[in-house]
Amino acid sequence: MRSSNLRIFLLGGLLVAIGLAMLVSGFASGSPDGLNKVAEDHGIAANAKAHRLESGPLAGYAVKGVGNNRLGTGISGLIGVLVTFGIGLALFAAVRAMRSGRDRSEPTRAP
Amino acid sequence: MHIPDGFINAPTSLAAGAVAAGGVGVSLRRAAQTLQEKQAPLAGLVAAYIFAVQMLNFPVAAGTSGHLLGGCLAAVLVGPWAGALCVSVVLLVQGLLFADGGLTALGLNIVNMALITAWGGYAIFLLLRRALPATRTGVTISAGVAAGISVVLASLAFVVEYATGGNGGAPVGTVVAAMVGVHTLIGIGEGIITALTVGVVLGVRPDLVYGAADLQTPLVLAPKPGDPAREVS
Repeated sequence: MRSSNLRIFLLGGLLVAIGLAMLVSGFASGSPDGLNKVAEDHGIAANAKAHRLESGPLAGYAVKGVGNNRLGTGISGLIGVLVTFGIGLALFAAVRAMRSGRDRSEPTRAP
Repeated sequence: MHIPDGFINAPTSLAAGAVAAGGVGVSLRRAAQTLQEKQAPLAGLVAAYIFAVQMLNFPVAAGTSGHLLGGCLAAVLVGPWAGALCVSVVLLVQGLLFADGGLTALGLNIVNMALITAWGGYAIFLLLRRALPATRTGVTISAGVAAGISVVLASLAFVVEYATGGNGGAPVGTVVAAMVGVHTLIGIGEGIITALTVGVVLGVRPDLVYGAADLQTPLVLAPKPGDPAREVS
């Protein structure tokens, strides 16, 4: 019961994240963020170097070969959410596994 | 708030890289001790959610936007140690896959956006929780206010890095004023998003919220002794 609830919760949360990254991201402000604006206004930005991976297939939250910006951002968002979720699941499963058998005294589920 | 390559010189970036590596190491060890089984997949979801919401830049002033940092949100949901790891994963994916945030600046960005917001934000959250009633509303307000302040802390961390090894001629005082001013506004957005998210999770699965573990959830977690309700689960 509980674990199926948790699965539904996780699935629901993932769908929310995918929806935000795919659909809402197209409406995000294109203005520079606070740090970049300050850097532009005060002569710091001139020192910026090009990103070493700026020619990557997803650089800048676009998709190489997809001309439509909103579509590119949406696809980028979907890929980013799924990749982040996958790495996160693997990382935190590994973190759990780091716990050496000495402390397994968590409350158990239903008897 | 991602620092690109070139804003901060190499020695300072390298030093920040060492601090970031140490902070991630501490987080891994402490998370291994504290992360509960059911919170492990939640932490993966929190990372994915933060990635998504970081894409949603909102306007804060003329020609300026801001986006969620998410460290405080993650810390309230899964604890400060796993929370710092969540944002670190997001920053890694952004830097490697989307060319967002310089690779030599990854350490700087982890310090500012993962460690400072998760640890600093959570410390402020705990202080606020002492002052506010131990209710879901108290937790939600504490999370929102702490998250807002954590953004200003992160902007101050950038100023420290700039003062230590920044490239560019602007005096530190000017940069402090500009950074704190705009990030106070961005912090309001951070606070609203954090409070909304924590409020929703508290409404649906309060037992999953690390920062609300002390709240009684009598229906499930704390049946009265002898109460037949405990047999239901």
